[in-house]
Formats: sequence, C-alpha cells, structure tokens
Amino acid sequence: MKVLVAVKRVIDYNVKIRVKADHSDVDLTNVKMAMNPFCEIAVEEAVRLKEKGVATEVVAVTVGPKAAQEQLRTALALGADRAVHIETDARVESLAAAKLLAKVVEAEQPGLVILGKQAIDTDNNQTGQMLAALAGLPQGTFASEVVVENDKVQVTREIDGGLQTVELTLPAVITTDLRLNEPRYAKLPDIMKAKKKPLDVKSPAELGVEVESRLTLLKVESPAERKGGIKVGSVDELVDKLKNEAKVL
Amino acid sequence: MSILVLAEHHDGVLAGVTAHVVAAAQAIGGDIDVLVAGEDVGAVADAAARLDGVRRVRVADHAVYAHQLAEPLGALLAELAGDYTHVLAAATTTGKNVLPRVAALKDVSQVSEIVEVVDADTFRRPIYAGNAIATVKSADSLKVITVRGTGFDAVGESGHAAIESVDTVVDNSQSTFLKQELAQSDRPELAAAKVVISGGRGMGSGENFTLLEGIADKLGAAIGASRAAVDAGFVPNDMQVGQTGKIVAPELYIAVGISGAIQHLAGMKDSKVIVAINKDEEAPIFQVADYGLVGDLFEILPELESKL
Repeated sequence: MKVLVAVKRVIDYNVKIRVKADHSDVDLTNVKMAMNPFCEIAVEEAVRLKEKGVATEVVAVTVGPKAAQEQLRTALALGADRAVHIETDARVESLAAAKLLAKVVEAEQPGLVILGKQAIDTDNNQTGQMLAALAGLPQGTFASEVVVENDKVQVTREIDGGLQTVELTLPAVITTDLRLNEPRYAKLPDIMKAKKKPLDVKSPAELGVEVESRLTLLKVESPAERKGGIKVGSVDELVDKLKNEAKVL
Repeated sequence: MSILVLAEHHDGVLAGVTAHVVAAAQAIGGDIDVLVAGEDVGAVADAAARLDGVRRVRVADHAVYAHQLAEPLGALLAELAGDYTHVLAAATTTGKNVLPRVAALKDVSQVSEIVEVVDADTFRRPIYAGNAIATVKSADSLKVITVRGTGFDAVGESGHAAIESVDTVVDNSQSTFLKQELAQSDRPELAAAKVVISGGRGMGSGENFTLLEGIADKLGAAIGASRAAVDAGFVPNDMQVGQTGKIVAPELYIAVGISGAIQHLAGMKDSKVIVAINKDEEAPIFQVADYGLVGDLFEILPELESKL
C-alpha cells in the first residue's frame, strides 16, 4: 500500500510572531520556517507504517513556494521515499490546497493519505476534510491511533468528550492529533541521502487547478493585551479579593 | 439572508454551545433554522425549538446519522445548504470534522472559528494560536462557518420554533462507528462552565488532582488541565485546556501549578478573572493573572477549600 503524506511550510512554532505595522498580515520576513508540527506527526506515522510492513512506499507532497522544498527534503530525511512539490507563490487557501492534493491522490492512488489536523499559521483545520470530500473518501480526523487491517483502517479520534473509534474503508484520509506519536529527528546520514531522493515539481496549471482566493484578508491585529494583576499574600486575601473586588464568588 | 445552524448534541441532550452559535447567527441577521441530525433525537429537537431567534427546527432522524459521522452528515448538510446563505456549526470536534466537507462539496471556502461577526460577509477570527486576530471577508455566495462558542453570549430559551422532519437519507458504506470512551463526570462541561480550575505539571500526579475536586465541588467548577499534565499522563486528553485542547472563557479561571506556556494561555486568556497559584514567582502565568498567589499548592489548596 502506498501512503501519501502532505506537509506544510509554516513559521517555526518557537518563533514569537509579529504583526506588520500596516496590519496587512503577520510579518514573515527573515523568520525561521519549519515543517508544521502536526505534519511532522503525519510523516512519522507514514514512516512507522512502512517500518511495520503495512506501507510499501511513502510519498511526501507539499503546496507552496520553491523554499517549501526544504520541508520535503526533511520528510525524505525522515523516511519518505520520494516527494512531489506543487510549486506556487500564491496564497493558497485550504480549498485550493485540497483541490491540488485531490489531483495528486488521483494520480498516485494511495491507500492512505495522512495530513496534520491543522497548520499552526492559519489554524484552519480544513484541508484534510476537504480533500476527503473532494476525493470521495472517508476520513479519520484528529487521530490518536491508527490500525490498518486487511482492507480497512481503525482510527481512534480525540473528540471533545474523550475518544471515539471509527472503522473506515480504504482508501481513506487521516489527520493527526498531538498524541498519535512522537516524531523522530532526522540523522545526518539520512539528511545526506535525502538530497538524492526523487523530487518532482509540478505547477497548479499542470494539474488543471486554478489557485484562486475566495477570502480577502482585510486586517491582522495583535490581540488585546491582558494586563497582569496583583500578587496576594495569603489565601484569606485571595478569597477576600474574589468576593469583594472581582465579585466572582 | 437565511442561516442553517447545525445543532450539537450528545446522548440525547442538546449541547449548550448551540445557543452560542445561534447567537452568532443572530449577529449575522436573517431567518435562522437549526438542523438536528442523529438517531432518536426528538428531545434534542424540542430543546432546539426553545432557543430564542430560531424560526424552524429541521430534524433528520435516522440510523445513518447516529454518532454524526462526517461522511453522511456532510452529505446531508451539503444537500440542505442550497436553501441558505450561511451554514454555521460550533467549532467543536464535531463541527470541525464535518463542516469542511460541506464547504468542499459546495465548492466554497470555510471561515473557521469566528469570534466576532463584523457583517454578513466579514468575520474576525484568531490565527497563529490566538497571537493575532484576522478580519476576513468572504466572496462566496454560501458562507460555511465554524463558531467559537466563547465569542458569543448564549441566546435565551423562551422560543417556540416549528419542528419539521427532513426525509433525506444518504448512503454511508465508508465509515462505521465502533466505540466511544467518554469521560464520566457530574461536573459542568469545560467549555460551558462559569468557573474552571485547572492543574498543571506542578500537581505532580493524577492522584493529586483530587485536591482540585473539593474546590470544584464548592464552586460548581469544571476541572481542566494543561497539556503538560495530559502529556505526563496525570489526566485524560479531554481535560486539556489550550490551543490544541478546549478553549474556555469562564467568569473565574484558577490555574494551579501551571507555568503558563503560550499554548495554554491561548485556551484561557479570555477568562474574566484569572487566578494563578504557583510556587515559581517568575512563572509566565502571573503576567496574565488578575490575582497571583506564590506558594506550595499542597498547602494552599486545602486551605482554600476550607475557606470557600
């Protein structure tokens, strides 16, 4: 079975973001970029499926500018066999990303597609579900456990009240939650080897998809700052303040 | 304008968050219908009909919609969406699971987790884990939107909407529900509680969370946890408050043994009053807390319980 894993280049999760002075967007100039953390979990899961003998080939795919090839090379260093880069400098919304990925699914015919549940930049949590709908596939979102058996996959999902397990026919789309696995680090020899692994570049036009924007970003602002309050010296003082000053007790 | 709100429900009970989503629909303006999809959901439909501002409750009661699996529910919503300008659902794991499917099937974008309605096309939503707020305008004729419940005050329950059944039954041979393990608790649900008390890594163990229970009982509070406490195995993941867990905005939030990592703050910083109890006076949580108490939580918690 082939596994397709989608990754996204985003701001490194350790970087404190800055809003541009003209409020047009978040400032990404000279900011450290990395693979989206949920996508790292997706790559790890795909590689583990290959190590277990469930997957025969792992193909990494990304949509983005030329620089996004760095994240594909990371996926290759972590164990993906080859990569597909859909190159575009446009701002790609989830729907357009899902349409592009659906074309790759059509061409590659994977048994499983694994994506992160959301990217830490736009926090949309949409692409996997949209891809599943466009490709006519079932979905197991927010996965904390994935078990492939025969021609089905059982996915345990993190839901608001606890855990839910569903069984899906293959092919299927899975999106990862935090506790699915702990991603490994790439080793230096694997990083060297990754440079020689095949990486195909395609344009949205070659895939017959027009990358269009439906949403206009009017403004980006910093959230209202919360001011720190006071330190109290004792439990009695705390209870008194909550009763008489904050009036929440 | 006409708006369809997907009702959230569990175990035959309408979830409180639905009243917040209806409030968001009122802010958009127009006729508001609520869809209740599930199996044996008569009581849910009755509760939805009492929500203020609702014109009509549409009920799709069939086994295929049991457990609200994304594939059949998405297909149903996509079929009904043609009658509406907006389709709204709560930004819960149910809404997040199904709504993007609806958007894709209708070839429109989705606006996720709105916290404010500017006008019928324009919405404000947090991005970068709440470290920036974006104002976005949708050019689609159908707007598909998930709503963060804490951004809108719940509507009242004095309405008498008409209830109609929806006969659409879709096929689903792709997904099957196997099992669910839900946390059992008599306490209010985290996202709806007026008081939340959360423990972090400083609690030291899962057993020590019992120290929070006595206080939670006295205050009618829900009990939450930081990601560090969940990852350490102290408590299950459904208790996690934060960027990747639940977003809460209670009247009073008490953070105990929580350092205040940015991803935790993203889940609770809209609380009205924040109390932090931590032995490390340099902990970042004190920068957002209205009242901070530096000290040993194992001494402070029993004393606090006795004085409430």
